Amino acid sequence: MNAVRIEKVQVIASAPDPVLGYRKFTFGSFSFERDAYFVHVRWPKGMHTIEVDRFLRAMVRDIGWGFFYGWIFFDDVFGTQNHYGTVDIFAGTYSKGHRDTGVDFLETFNTDDVRNAFETISVNWINEGYDPLRAPMETGSPLGSKTKEAAGPLIRGFEPARRMMGLPGDVTPRSDASGHPINRAFADVTYDKPTIEPEPGFEGQIHAFNLYDHIARADITWNPSFTSITGACICCVTSEEHMLPVIHGNDRNEWFIQLTDEIHWNIQDKNTGNPRGRIVMKSGDVCAMPADIRHQGFAPKRSMLMVFENGTPGLEQRYARGELEPFPITASRW
Amino acid sequence: MSFKTRMASLASYEKGSIELNDDLKHYAFSNIFEVCSKSRPYERVMVASNLEYAAEAVRAEGTSPWYTAPHDEFAIVMDGEIEFTFFQLTDAEKPTHKSGAIRLQADPGGKRMGRVIARRGHEVLLPKGSAYQLKAAMPSVTLIQTSAGPESVEKWSEICVLK
Repeated sequence: MNAVRIEKVQVIASAPDPVLGYRKFTFGSFSFERDAYFVHVRWPKGMHTIEVDRFLRAMVRDIGWGFFYGWIFFDDVFGTQNHYGTVDIFAGTYSKGHRDTGVDFLETFNTDDVRNAFETISVNWINEGYDPLRAPMETGSPLGSKTKEAAGPLIRGFEPARRMMGLPGDVTPRSDASGHPINRAFADVTYDKPTIEPEPGFEGQIHAFNLYDHIARADITWNPSFTSITGACICCVTSEEHMLPVIHGNDRNEWFIQLTDEIHWNIQDKNTGNPRGRIVMKSGDVCAMPADIRHQGFAPKRSMLMVFENGTPGLEQRYARGELEPFPITASRW
Repeated sequence: MSFKTRMASLASYEKGSIELNDDLKHYAFSNIFEVCSKSRPYERVMVASNLEYAAEAVRAEGTSPWYTAPHDEFAIVMDGEIEFTFFQLTDAEKPTHKSGAIRLQADPGGKRMGRVIARRGHEVLLPKGSAYQLKAAMPSVTLIQTSAGPESVEKWSEICVLK
């Protein structure tokens, strides 16, 4: 079942729960309620329960990524799809069991309304001492009753470079001065600076920086930052520890380049969720993530990952129409 | 709790694995260090390709030709040490092709812009409007973010895991 809500939709908050202190939220036909351990999502004819840590880790990244490319599955049942101006919130739409029993539901909203709703929910449900952007070993627990709402920005680390990180007027790499010490997991690496020797008059035109140092200082995980841009080709880097708290379904091809350590990826069919297998990427490995899969990564040790994205507007429609193959290296190139 | 970060190199790399009930060509799984262990110096081997955009794995060894491109490119040094030297292009040297790197037929005629010496983990801007040359005393590896162009080499069947 689908519904389109193109008019402005506001999230409606209940009074705080008298026992746990959290508010319940209604947004369109969905409602969201949390208790000490779980988030309960309800929609016409259906209900689904997600562990609260996983839900909040997924929700804040979905906001920060601007709903990213394609589908963000919070789990196998609930998630969002980005249409770049509108966003679907779905429950059971890509789950055979839900579809077969007619309890699947999808509702489309304006992007700004979804962002506002998710931010409102997240702010109310995230307590001080718990940071869903950090690795689980680096933050407190989201479990239990409401205490004090976390201070500071809900999301961070998403400001994209416009040409290249570190150029005059562009985004600045992380440093001690910016409050980003080297993460414990990368403390064994030596970091130095490139030697930059511009001729007089060419200062600012010759540029380099230590990319690994920037990644090693991330206080967030599974959270790509744009570092360099060629046309619509975006190079993103990110530090990955524990598990990607969403399952990403591509609406285009993307590429992963494993810079350090390793990540294990579970691969599923995008539409059905059926397993296709797994990929273990080690340092120096390069692998495409085709446009017809879902993927979820598991990083046993914090690692550095580079992602090549093609941000060409309208690309998702060309893939959806079948105009482009859902994999990058077409038959004639082998 | 202590940690050991694993960074592969030309001298020591271990490829991961791909076990899928799918056509492995769709994933084009390769390893940059393995590719560069078999490449000629400055052969620009595509390891990622996203429509017109590409990432090229380059074995830097000795002195490269002079290259230029009609857009910015970016080089990430993955192993070793590489010196990048930059010159301005004269009007006659400015590229007329659409995308990707092309080599100059002679040394650049414009002003010297400067140089960068980069080691593992450093990212270097290869700016539009410049000519650049790489030098490496020892075999080194760089990954170049660019667009597919005249210098791009495609040999997917040789570099990718297919079974």
